[in-house]
Amino acid sequence: MQKSSCPVRNRYATAVWNYADERLGLSELLAFAGKKQVPQHKHSFWYYWGGISLFFFLVQCLTGVLLLVYYRPGAEAYESVRQITYDIEFGWLVRSAHSWSANLMVFAVFVHMFSVFLMKAYRKPREFGWWSGLGLLGLAMVFGFSGYLLPMDELAYFATKVGLEIPMSTPVIGPFLGDLIRGGPEVGEHTVQRFFALHVVILPALFVPLLMFHLWLVQRHGNAIPPGEEAVPAAERESIPFFPNFMMKDVAMWLIALNVLALLASVYPWQLGPPANPIAPAPLGIHPEWYFMSQFQLLKVLGNWFPGITGEILGIGLFTIGGIVWAVIPLYDNDSRNGRRGRIATYIGFGAIAGLIALTAWGYWVL
Amino acid sequence: MPDSVFDDGLTPAEENDDGLVSRRSFIKVVGGCVGAAYAGAIGYPVYRYLATPVTRAAAATAVTEVELDATELEPGSVLMFRFGTSPGILIHHKDGSWVAFSAVCTHLGCTVQYELDNDRIFCACHGGVYDPHTGDAVSGPPPKGLTVFRVEVGDAKVIVSRS
Repeated sequence: MQKSSCPVRNRYATAVWNYADERLGLSELLAFAGKKQVPQHKHSFWYYWGGISLFFFLVQCLTGVLLLVYYRPGAEAYESVRQITYDIEFGWLVRSAHSWSANLMVFAVFVHMFSVFLMKAYRKPREFGWWSGLGLLGLAMVFGFSGYLLPMDELAYFATKVGLEIPMSTPVIGPFLGDLIRGGPEVGEHTVQRFFALHVVILPALFVPLLMFHLWLVQRHGNAIPPGEEAVPAAERESIPFFPNFMMKDVAMWLIALNVLALLASVYPWQLGPPANPIAPAPLGIHPEWYFMSQFQLLKVLGNWFPGITGEILGIGLFTIGGIVWAVIPLYDNDSRNGRRGRIATYIGFGAIAGLIALTAWGYWVL
Repeated sequence: MPDSVFDDGLTPAEENDDGLVSRRSFIKVVGGCVGAAYAGAIGYPVYRYLATPVTRAAAATAVTEVELDATELEPGSVLMFRFGTSPGILIHHKDGSWVAFSAVCTHLGCTVQYELDNDRIFCACHGGVYDPHTGDAVSGPPPKGLTVFRVEVGDAKVIVSRS
């Protein structure tokens, strides 16, 4: 057994290390991690965003379990969140951290996705990384949507009511689907109970294995290098070891992420509105979370231009087509040399970013 | 990003360089303190959050006196009541005397019961037996008697307090 592989120098720590190493092969793992290289170039900054997303996901797990300690779904949902927010010590902070971290996670995931898109990291052999990532994004949005209802305040109630209009407009099975999701014709305690099951059991059970798959693929194929960097001769490309160098930088980014989260969660505590009231009118200026804003605005605009069901179908159809194009891009732009298809994909990427930002900004502008 | 801090601090080839040892230990100490500060800043609110019902219960435990609507309690019958957060037992004996004890068995904390037929206080968990008049441990595993409360029977209420 080579003692030199032990990462710590203390005599007792070395003894424990050797004991574990002999049985678990830790030094092989360490040597393997040390051999892994992370490319270093002017776009390396974007490599951190997957890790930042992962960090916020871990925060979600931790704060989520803490909320689970006091949260009661069903008829008592609002009262239990009121207790967490105003009665339980530091409950406001745990809840605020969970809500803020959810938003920051979605933001980090978007940055990660667009940087992957523009660095063309979806090309062979990383197609499954792209698709599993899109799956994770979809699940994350359902996480956000289901979690938003759980406090059962006024905003939660209307956001869910409106959001469920989208699956309800599915041809033929729509209304049936809506009733099934809500557990009745209206959003109520059955809906909260269902969304709770979805939020804390079903979604994690789907998300975690998919995330493992996603991370395993990253491990298998390594970081993609952008086309600009690929043009550099292999001998002139720079890289650093994953362990410990890149990992330390990753940790530093996590620390920044933690500080940003702590600042936002404590300085801007997440609010709890008045309890949901099924016969009260929707408050003025009601709008969805920012990551649903572009869809919301598109539906609103198209609804004005094409009154009735036409606008709705058009809006949902546009987003569906956009999503499909986004998903099949690795099949279209599959050549590692930057040809015409590569250029078109880049235009699509910038177009999508510009479109989403414009629609979102527009949505907030006209609130 | 201060690359050099991480690189110099951790690359094995540089570990034995005398010029870096003091810097390494400096970073170790500062890093340890910062780490401890973060752990505290996260750990303290989490502890207080989880401990909220415990602190609330501690306030309830501070109860020294309870009033019971038990003046109508027949001789030879018993009333289980809540004293703070733990159970208590009030017995109106056939001889007319009133006694109250903590109902928490001194052995392993089960709740005891009064057995009228055997005229004893019995713990069903491990067979501990107590004297129903004094609360003294009679047989079985209990190491000592039940905590005795003072009982005052008023016109409308029975007042049980710590003696």
